[in-house]
Parts: sequence; structure tokens; C-alpha cells
Amino acid sequence: MPLTHGTPRYIQLLLRGLLAGLIAGLLAGAFAYIAGEPHVNAAIAIEQAAAPAGEPGEEPLVERDIQSTVGLLLATGLYGAALGGILATAYTVLRRRLRTGSDTTAALGLAAAALTGIVVVPYLKYPPNPPAVGNPDTIDQRTAAYLAVLVLGLVAVWAGVLAARTQTHQWRRAAAGTAGFLTVVAIAYTLLPTFDEVPDDFPATLLWNFRISSLGTQVVLWTTLGLTYAGLLNQLADTLTRTGRPEPATTP
Amino acid sequence: MPKAHTTKPLALPAVSPRLLATAAGFTGIMLLLAYLVAFDQGAISQSGMYLHELMHDGRHLLGVPCH
Repeated sequence: MPLTHGTPRYIQLLLRGLLAGLIAGLLAGAFAYIAGEPHVNAAIAIEQAAAPAGEPGEEPLVERDIQSTVGLLLATGLYGAALGGILATAYTVLRRRLRTGSDTTAALGLAAAALTGIVVVPYLKYPPNPPAVGNPDTIDQRTAAYLAVLVLGLVAVWAGVLAARTQTHQWRRAAAGTAGFLTVVAIAYTLLPTFDEVPDDFPATLLWNFRISSLGTQVVLWTTLGLTYAGLLNQLADTLTRTGRPEPATTP
Repeated sequence: MPKAHTTKPLALPAVSPRLLATAAGFTGIMLLLAYLVAFDQGAISQSGMYLHELMHDGRHLLGVPCH
């Protein structure tokens, strides 16, 4: 297949997405360790205090020290790499439709869309809960509802973009985009079930602090992912411009 | 005021049916990886509950419903 001079290949874009995602995930994990772990530990202490006295606790499959360090970084690192790969794929497939001449704007725009669609919209409907909060009997319903709100969050962002593009005047674009986005969010929030499972005696400040640290973790992940990916795209553009051909030489 | 410096943007990636098929395949793998972190309880990882328990804190702090 003949390559256009300097056209990036999918694999080049994908590998940069995976790398940016891994970096973002590990940084988010470090943030979560500092800002979130104290609240997870406090919640686990409450959970254990509430367990029936005298019953010997089950032998834990994984020690707490491992869960809160290696396990945490493994989880955020893998999650970041996976979403970085998806961001890179979205970039490759949607680049033409983003209608911007700047790779930085394109990468940051996609990351902002993801942060809005799969973090902020789900977060406000189903705020994350620490250990000791949540009824195990409803976990299946809550998981299904969470997946539904992730999808609807992305649909809402998409609806906002489509609505904005029906207008030409800049203010009307902004207003139409906002209206399109909020319409889908309002319908989704109304239709999806609500769960209120916080125990009456669970400390409000602990719940608040945990939830803020969880939001912070996701914000660190997506801002780092967007900025790192944009930086790697600029670096790739420089390389391709300088050499005039894709990185690993495919032509003699 | 310093003038904003812009890098010459990348050429637009060519989107062919073959690329879309490859992209769909990789997206599937990425989603499976995200599923492994967020929801799997041993069905995918074949490690029993070990990976699930190992990544317990990450799941809570990433905002996924856990228990």
C-alpha cells in the first residue's frame, strides 16, 4: 500500500496512546495513593468494626499493603493504558471529523469529551462509594446502571457536538451544544434508577473526602492522558516532517 | 506577548475498511483489559478472585461500583 508522504500509521498512533495512557494511569495511581488511600483505610476500619464480633475474619486473599500499593498502581496503570489505546483509536478514526487543524486541540478535545462523558456524567448520577458503603444485593443492578450511564454520557457529548454543528453563529453553537448535551443527560438521569445505600451512621466527611479523591484520580488520569498524547502527537509530527516518511522505514 | 508556536499538524490518517477492522479488533482488546480491571471476578483472568482482590482499591478510587 503506498503511503502518503509523512502520513502517520495506526500502529504509531496506537503505541503513543498506550504509552500516554500508562503514564497517566501510573500518575493517577500515585495521586490515588496519596489522596485516596487514607480514606479507603478509614472506611475499611469502619467496615471491620461493624462485622459481627467474635467471628474470625476470613484470611484475606491479598494483603492490604499489597492492595493499596502494587494492586492500586496495577489497576490504574492497566486502566489508563486501555483507555489510552481507545483514545488513540478514536483519534485515528475520528480525526477528519474533529474539524480542527491542530493535533493538540484534537487530542485535548477527545480527552475532554471522555472526561465529561465517562467520568463527570456517571459521577454525578452514581458517586463512587468507599468500602462499607453499598448493599451487596444490588451490585448487579448498580453495575448495569453504571455501564448504562457511561454509554449515555458519551451519547450526551455526541448529541452536544451534533447540536452545536447545526448552527453557524458562535453563540448559537454554544447554546445549541449545551442544550443538546443537557437534554440527553436529563433524560438519562430521569430514566436510570437511583440507589441510596449510605448507612445512616457513616461519617459524612469521610464519604465526601473519598468521593473528591476519587474524582481527583480520574481528573489526573484524563488531563495527563490528553496532554501527554497531544505532546507525543506533536513529537510524531515533527519526526514525520523532518524525515518525510513514517518512522520505521517502509520504503527503500 | 509571546506568539503561540504551532507544530505543523500530522497528515490525516487514512481510514480504510481494513483500518476500521483492525481498529475494532484493538478496541475489543482494550475494552477487555478495562473490563478486567473494573468488573472481572475471575471469568476472564482465570485467576479466581486473586486479580479482583489485588485491584480492589483501584476499582473503588476509579469510581466503579464494587460491593
